[in-house]
Amino acid sequence: MPLLDVRNLRVEFPTRRGTLVAVDDVSFSIEPGEVLGVVGESGAGKSITGAAIIRLIEPPGRIAGGEIWLDGRRIDTLPPERMRSVRGREIGAIFQDPLTTLNPLYTIGRQLAETMQTHLGLGAKEARARAIRWLEEVGIPAAAERIDAYPHQFSGGMRQRVVIALALCAEPKLVIADEPTTALDVSIQAQVIALLKRLCRDHGTAVMLITHDMGVIAETADRVAVMYAGRIAEIGPVREVVKHPRHPYTEGLMGSIPPLSHRVRRLAQIEGAMPRLTDIPPGCAFNPRCPRAFDRCRRDRPELMATDGPNRAACWLHDPSSRDEALGHAA
Amino acid sequence: MPPDASRTVATEALVEVEDLARDFDVSRPWLFRVLNGEPRRIVHAVAGVSFAIPRGTTLSLVGESGCGKTTVARLVVGLYRPTRGRIRFDGSDITALGADDAARSIRRRINMIFQDPYASLNPRWRVRDIIAEPLRAFRVLEDERAIAERVAELLRHVGLSPKDGEKYPHEFSGGQRQRISIARALSATPDFLVCDEPTSALDVSVQAQILNLMKDLQEEMGLTYLFISHNLAVVRHMSDRIGVMYLGRIVELAPTDALFEAPRHPYTRMLLDAIPDLEMTGRRRIPVGGEVPSPIAPPPGCAFHPRCPFADARCRAEVPRLRAEGEALVACHAVEEGRLAA
Repeated sequence: MPLLDVRNLRVEFPTRRGTLVAVDDVSFSIEPGEVLGVVGESGAGKSITGAAIIRLIEPPGRIAGGEIWLDGRRIDTLPPERMRSVRGREIGAIFQDPLTTLNPLYTIGRQLAETMQTHLGLGAKEARARAIRWLEEVGIPAAAERIDAYPHQFSGGMRQRVVIALALCAEPKLVIADEPTTALDVSIQAQVIALLKRLCRDHGTAVMLITHDMGVIAETADRVAVMYAGRIAEIGPVREVVKHPRHPYTEGLMGSIPPLSHRVRRLAQIEGAMPRLTDIPPGCAFNPRCPRAFDRCRRDRPELMATDGPNRAACWLHDPSSRDEALGHAA
Repeated sequence: MPPDASRTVATEALVEVEDLARDFDVSRPWLFRVLNGEPRRIVHAVAGVSFAIPRGTTLSLVGESGCGKTTVARLVVGLYRPTRGRIRFDGSDITALGADDAARSIRRRINMIFQDPYASLNPRWRVRDIIAEPLRAFRVLEDERAIAERVAELLRHVGLSPKDGEKYPHEFSGGQRQRISIARALSATPDFLVCDEPTSALDVSVQAQILNLMKDLQEEMGLTYLFISHNLAVVRHMSDRIGVMYLGRIVELAPTDALFEAPRHPYTRMLLDAIPDLEMTGRRRIPVGGEVPSPIAPPPGCAFHPRCPFADARCRAEVPRLRAEGEALVACHAVEEGRLAA
């Protein structure tokens, strides 16, 4: 049984000019202990998907359809006060900016201890002792002395370590990490990713890792979902998606990343930009930018389907019944 | 200026920078200092940087936040006055340009592209006026019809439509705005562009479009670039030579392929090792320890010594100078003494 099962999730934002669908019929699952990367460009819906799972969508946005199951229990219908105990206890969260997670008025020791007292029912003394152990585990030097420091007394990298301790200290089964290293310098990013990987492996925590950085995903994730215009374009084992993408968008995305190991004269280029949510084209949302689009792509919306590899892709090129049409177009 | 650095100054260098330095006073207010007995606090943002950029090539400066790369960019275009050092452009000293006609004709040939296309375009101006501003400021063209024609041509050149000139910046996406910035930077036909993280606010597919455009324009117009970035992959793609900066100094300056294939300075090695790379799927990396120290009180000797696995007593006491090592210039005692395996 998967740890997290998201089925046909739909998130809407009502506006004066009509309803925007930010996440449209998205389904995926995460196994216990697995790291699922969610990658996409700004506006693809990756962060909103993560926020929907922990029900932290800013109103007027709302979950308009679908189901979210955690460990065999449906959580999207839980009343808000029950959901509050799911957040933190069962699902931890790490956001891009550690200052939005940490309360500037409380010492980090108090924030860690309170989290454990609330969720694990520990006494104050035991919670403080464990808080020190957590700070040691995330690599804060002189943890016993620094536990009574305030967030502003830490550097950016150290703060993100504290946030990781805070997300993991209630021993959740799942952590949702939204761009956890985007605000950090590259050498600090490497430290934080290594830390997150090690801790989640040691504690058997599953991770939904949301980022725009394909390199971070390639190093960290077991599987990856590529999102485009509110939908999953492709999902599969990370190596397959990186090395043998089956969706033309994924292919273009990989080609547009400058390689580190060698020089290319020109980067592959996807023409245009992702459509705004107000004018998503009919059929496949990627069709106006797709070099291989044919008639059916402009007409019917593809669902995720099997390909010739382990990846599934939402692309008519992989549908046996439209293959002749696709080849005809290419010829 | 270290003697070894001068050797690489090619005769055809368009831009030459010698021992450039800039301090910033970040002291607290006077009364506060007096009451608390605090000294002045000076940040040595750039502490003596030398390089030369041959005409038609790209030099990139790369490093982590606080290393001084953006300050160098701003010094070179004249947005800051240097505390020390000289900047030469096409043979003339532009360290302290005045406001006379000669200065104006040199300034016309230097322009800049900024990181944030949401902050660098005036939201109240139409795009055509934004792009025409350098034309008017430097009196390149006076006739309004000629200006309109030039703006239309520039818009087409950067992949936009001449009709876009009537619109305001908010009507464009980030990538399109950066195209507008490029059109503005190019409008007075400069030879030299300083590009400060021009794509770091953009999505990766849009970044590819902008990088391709910048390379095409360089080839077509023979532009010289000083390119500032924290992204080593972008820098590898764009540059002929790369300078790696750490706490206000260049620690290694080398041709691009040499830097990536045989990095010499321990900091360069650490940086290259730290980048998550698509090729490395499944590879285990050695995480690096420590953080960049405060530039207010940099460590004595080599500023990198607290994080460096090869540091010894000399590294803790003496600032290393840039010395030639093969094709590269490296500031490292361990490299000089051969303590570091190549």
